Amino acid sequence: MADGRWNVTIDSGTCIGSGVCAGTAPKYFTLDGGYGTPVADEVDADDEVVTAAESCPMEAILVREVGTDKVVAPLD
Amino acid sequence: MTTVDRGACPYPFSEAKGLDLDPEYGRLRDNGELARVRMPYGGEAWMATSYEDVKTVLGDPRFSRAATLGVDVPRTTPLMQTESNLLTMDPPDHSRLRKLVAKAFTMRRIEMLRPRAQEVVDGLLDAIEAQGPPADLVEGLSLPLPITMICELLGVPFEDRDRFRAWSDALLSLTAHSVEEIQAGRDGLRAYLASLVAQRREEPSDDLLGVLVHARDEEDRLTEQELVQFGVTLLVAGHETTANQTGNFLYTLLSRPELKRDLQQNPDRLDAAIEELLRMTPLGNTAGLPRIATEDIVLSGTLVKAGEAVVTQTAAANRDGGVFDNADEIDFHRENNPHIAFGHGVHHCLGAQLARLELQVAVGSVLRRLPAVRFAVPVDEVPFKTGRLVRGLQALPVTW
Repeated sequence: MADGRWNVTIDSGTCIGSGVCAGTAPKYFTLDGGYGTPVADEVDADDEVVTAAESCPMEAILVREVGTDKVVAPLD
Repeated sequence: MTTVDRGACPYPFSEAKGLDLDPEYGRLRDNGELARVRMPYGGEAWMATSYEDVKTVLGDPRFSRAATLGVDVPRTTPLMQTESNLLTMDPPDHSRLRKLVAKAFTMRRIEMLRPRAQEVVDGLLDAIEAQGPPADLVEGLSLPLPITMICELLGVPFEDRDRFRAWSDALLSLTAHSVEEIQAGRDGLRAYLASLVAQRREEPSDDLLGVLVHARDEEDRLTEQELVQFGVTLLVAGHETTANQTGNFLYTLLSRPELKRDLQQNPDRLDAAIEELLRMTPLGNTAGLPRIATEDIVLSGTLVKAGEAVVTQTAAANRDGGVFDNADEIDFHRENNPHIAFGHGVHHCLGAQLARLELQVAVGSVLRRLPAVRFAVPVDEVPFKTGRLVRGLQALPVTW
């Protein structure tokens, strides 16, 4: 289980609007004008966010630890 | 809200002809109607045709795929879906499975396969050229390319292709095969993938099947049934779609010389042309897989009640004039092309980037290597398969 606070961003230039994130983790992602957008920039750590980030075909979602900026997802 | 009941229309509206889209879809979409149709099996369903409605049905979790499993739902396929796979799952089960392989299909990882795809296509076109005109681009190119790529990715022996192609063809049948043949296709693929899984247990591998076996045996992240069906899905979806669309795209380019010339004169538009052909080429013979509403939801002013089935027609949505200018025209110079040929939402095609890569390399290479390529028979004698879920050519006889 994850803990701490995470920062969630989506690279709008990379997002293709597949809708995978919003369908996978609707609590954390929505579609705005057809493209993925985080519901909140900062969230409590939750594996669902990682699942969405790892499922993005464009790897457009970046999840980092608040404070340390350590990348949580996507990881190779 | 619409309350007039005009009765359900028998579906399909007509037998699919070549790559033509029945004009009834466009009429329904432009009238802003949610159609009521009587499916060949399982009763009546709603059918979404507008871009907005189709995206809602595909993307809104209140439309469930899992609720169709093992149920006699309204559908176009003779057999009920009885085995759970990636396509019949909702989150979080679907996310759990998809995540296991999603990394292998990202844009970045697939782009690393471009040199290999080019090498495969070069080899196939070398053989075609050496044999001299005429040639069949279905057997010579559009089938072997995706089969080679998915076999290598998944870890399936290419030499087995005749066996799994026959099962796969039956599996995706609407009327071309008997129900016994379709069931035999299902059973054959299941037993075949189970044998490959067993091999991985003797000799572990780092291909996708090996990754899935590891996830099952070492990490307990999926069941044995899920593992085998995942293999079946990746193998079938990994070649049937692109194989057929490669032939379909080449067919369109050869039957419309002005499009072929445009692309040959503007090779930098190749990627845009592939996107446009994805938008305009209906892969499905009929509307897509059914979903069940889990709550009352209004679509285009019509109430869909909880428990009712909805099917989507993405090809009609991709020609929605509210989203695309000159929506019925093929235009390789379109700047904005948010088509949904790969679907939308959690079921957005896992292999979309691989399909794009294969289509780009195959179509681009044919036009470059065989600049004078044309049909070797009159256009109306180029044979299309019939009675299958996806549209495609039986053969593509060309000369150059």
